Amino acid sequence: MKNLTFRIAAVLLCYVMISCSGGQQNTESTESASAAPDSHPKGQASVVDDVSAKNILQVAASSDAHTTLVAAVQAAAIEHVLVNAGPLTVFAPTNAAFDALPPGTVEDLLKPENKSTLATILTRHAAPGSFNLEGLKKEARKGRKIYMATGDYLEVVVDGDVVTVGGATVVATIPTSNGIINVVDKVILP
Amino acid sequence: MAAILVAVASCGQNGDKNAGVLSGNLAERSFVPPGEHDEFYAFISGGFSGQLAVYGLPSGRLFKVIPVYSLDAEKAYGFNEETKPMLETSFGTIPWDDSHHPDLSQTNGEVDGRWCFINANNTPRIARISLSTFETEEIIELPNSAGNHSSSFVTENTEYIVAGTRFSVPIPQRDMPIDDYKGNFKGAISFIKIDPETGRFDLSFQIIMPGFDYDLAHPGRDKSHGWMFFSTYNTEEANSLMEVNASQNDKDYIAAINWKKAEELIAEGKFETMPTEYAHNVWDESTQMSTSTMKKEVRVLDPGKNPGLVYLLPTPKSPHGCDVDPTGEYIIGSGKLSASLTAHSFTKMLDAIENEKFDGDAYGIPIINYDDVVAGVVQQAGLGPLHTEFDGKGNGYTTFFISSEVVKWKVGTWEVLDRQPTYYSVGHLMIPGGNSRKPFGKYLVALNKITKDRYLPTGPELAQSAQLYDISGDKMELILDFPTVGEPHYAAGAPADLIKPNQLRLYQLEENNHPYATKNEKETGVTRQGNEVHIKMTTIRSHFAPDNIEGIKVGDKVYWHVTNLEQDYDVPHGIAMIGANTSELLIMPGQTETFVWEPKKVGVWPFYCTDFCSALHQEMQGYVRVSPKNSNVELKWSLDGE
Repeated sequence: MKNLTFRIAAVLLCYVMISCSGGQQNTESTESASAAPDSHPKGQASVVDDVSAKNILQVAASSDAHTTLVAAVQAAAIEHVLVNAGPLTVFAPTNAAFDALPPGTVEDLLKPENKSTLATILTRHAAPGSFNLEGLKKEARKGRKIYMATGDYLEVVVDGDVVTVGGATVVATIPTSNGIINVVDKVILP
Repeated sequence: MAAILVAVASCGQNGDKNAGVLSGNLAERSFVPPGEHDEFYAFISGGFSGQLAVYGLPSGRLFKVIPVYSLDAEKAYGFNEETKPMLETSFGTIPWDDSHHPDLSQTNGEVDGRWCFINANNTPRIARISLSTFETEEIIELPNSAGNHSSSFVTENTEYIVAGTRFSVPIPQRDMPIDDYKGNFKGAISFIKIDPETGRFDLSFQIIMPGFDYDLAHPGRDKSHGWMFFSTYNTEEANSLMEVNASQNDKDYIAAINWKKAEELIAEGKFETMPTEYAHNVWDESTQMSTSTMKKEVRVLDPGKNPGLVYLLPTPKSPHGCDVDPTGEYIIGSGKLSASLTAHSFTKMLDAIENEKFDGDAYGIPIINYDDVVAGVVQQAGLGPLHTEFDGKGNGYTTFFISSEVVKWKVGTWEVLDRQPTYYSVGHLMIPGGNSRKPFGKYLVALNKITKDRYLPTGPELAQSAQLYDISGDKMELILDFPTVGEPHYAAGAPADLIKPNQLRLYQLEENNHPYATKNEKETGVTRQGNEVHIKMTTIRSHFAPDNIEGIKVGDKVYWHVTNLEQDYDVPHGIAMIGANTSELLIMPGQTETFVWEPKKVGVWPFYCTDFCSALHQEMQGYVRVSPKNSNVELKWSLDGE
């Protein structure tokens, strides 16, 4: 206790000396703010919002046909991209599309050491902008390719009612709050 | 230790500022970590800016400036077609005013987090702000009033908002000599009934009081519920050099108004109906438009002719603040030219009324004997007492303008417990819930009138200075300075948990009943009626539909009705059109807003989104072709050529 009193007195003495020295205004710098706890570790994907229309990640996560895709998104740590203001069009391969890859491919990609490869593959399924089925047909009609987030340009081919992008067939289009999900039957590989 | 303290004190001005280090880490106590929320909302009036600013406590962070009696260069309040009627008055459009005293809606005398009310001082008005949307929803003008200062105070079940005139005026207004003031000028006290469901206003009645100045007010609480207390000055009824002539009487009054009695008198038909004129402006969330209606009459009561309606409690030296403690027993008058506070007793007042312990009357209104109503005096508390709030633990806190301090004193014993300096010259103070039956006595905000050297200087005009005190212990401790906007007068505060759960995050597109709402891109288009053109446009990340428009002519009056199709929290879009005299809009998800553009120059002119909405925000743009007045260019519009 005595020691503590002494320390307070010593601090005060320093304080008095500083504050009496004149001109020196910033005497508060001797205080240290407590370290901020890491209060927002999860990023924008952790925002709780049950009022807005569902975003791309929320829609994908609620789809039984996309459990592999969602697991891959988490393994690649790109979930925040899918909740961003976007707008974004995601070509979302079904579980069956992933299953059709050579045996062991998905398991390999999910390994931590392959995180960046996986991220590149997934990013190749995302395009800035909102392209629903009508939008895709318009791209084909106007001879425009779709610019993907990896920098590739994918061609849209319309054959009757069948629309393919980079060789994958669009089997459904789902509007979301921050863009469009086009469900595809194939993983789009380079 | 004693020697060191003396040394601190001997440093003069710096000593006071730094005294807080004695009690440990101050920064920690106002620090809200990144991503965490504040414990309280503070609604701080914008004074001469006519706004209401929303802060967090204890951080002092500014969250929003709500335009009320002002034009807003942020989201076009007062500029767009939907909100223009909000600023209508019987004098025409008044673009901004002087907003003083916010107060929060209450249930059973406790803050309930539904609405905030605030007065306009200059052209008398009262506004209601939704604490779900944080938007101004209603403004009512007050006839017969001038300098609407003793306003806007909420009775304990939000039955009424009560608003008193500061300046007495001829009622009804007429051409007469100013020197005939005495006995001819009157002061109107307005009672605005609140619809318990919608919050909508109805000017129920006015009490036409003697020609004093009515300065501040507070409703009775708990046992004194049903009464309203107003401080008065200029009971001399002077009309010039007021700083001298209105300070002649040793005592002015606190007027005690029995509003339950007033309700009975109204029910019995003992009122007169006076022709007058006042605007009533209402925002409708469903149509997202406001309307302004001019009302033509008001019911008035004469207190001189209706015994039992009003009593006058003598109170020393031009009382300013008039505050009621949470039990409702004590009415505190702060004589601003006095060094002491006067506490009147509600119980003694009722007894004095019953036993007619009166000392004459003023225009037929009984004056109660001072000694028969006063409960106690906080002696020599400071210089220039202004306002008092309470902590719910039996203590009052009063600001002193001249001695620039907050003084804590004990209700009932009237002893001074603590005093802390403010920087500088404090006006109002606010403890969240501190004027209600249930104060949250953890923090106290001092709203100072003078800033001087507290912040980095910004030329002759400085931000206003607010200071936060921790009042959870025996002694008040200054823990934070923060700048405020305009000149804050009063403020109101509430626990964040009362308000957060009621937040509206976006407008449901399906429930948008705006006459020009456009709910998908297929409904967009342009129509012409003579020289009036209506554009129905939509926004969604990241384009306007349509974004190419031709066939507009010089001399047209073009209405842009823009609907934000987004249904995602915090994704507004803006729109700005070059040469539009009302500039731009900011449209929340699901909302429709309208601006008018009168093209003056031939050419092809761009418009664009002003709010960084998305990764393709910079691409969110369009063109309008403006042709000469007599041209035959066909009206057409498109998006992506289709």
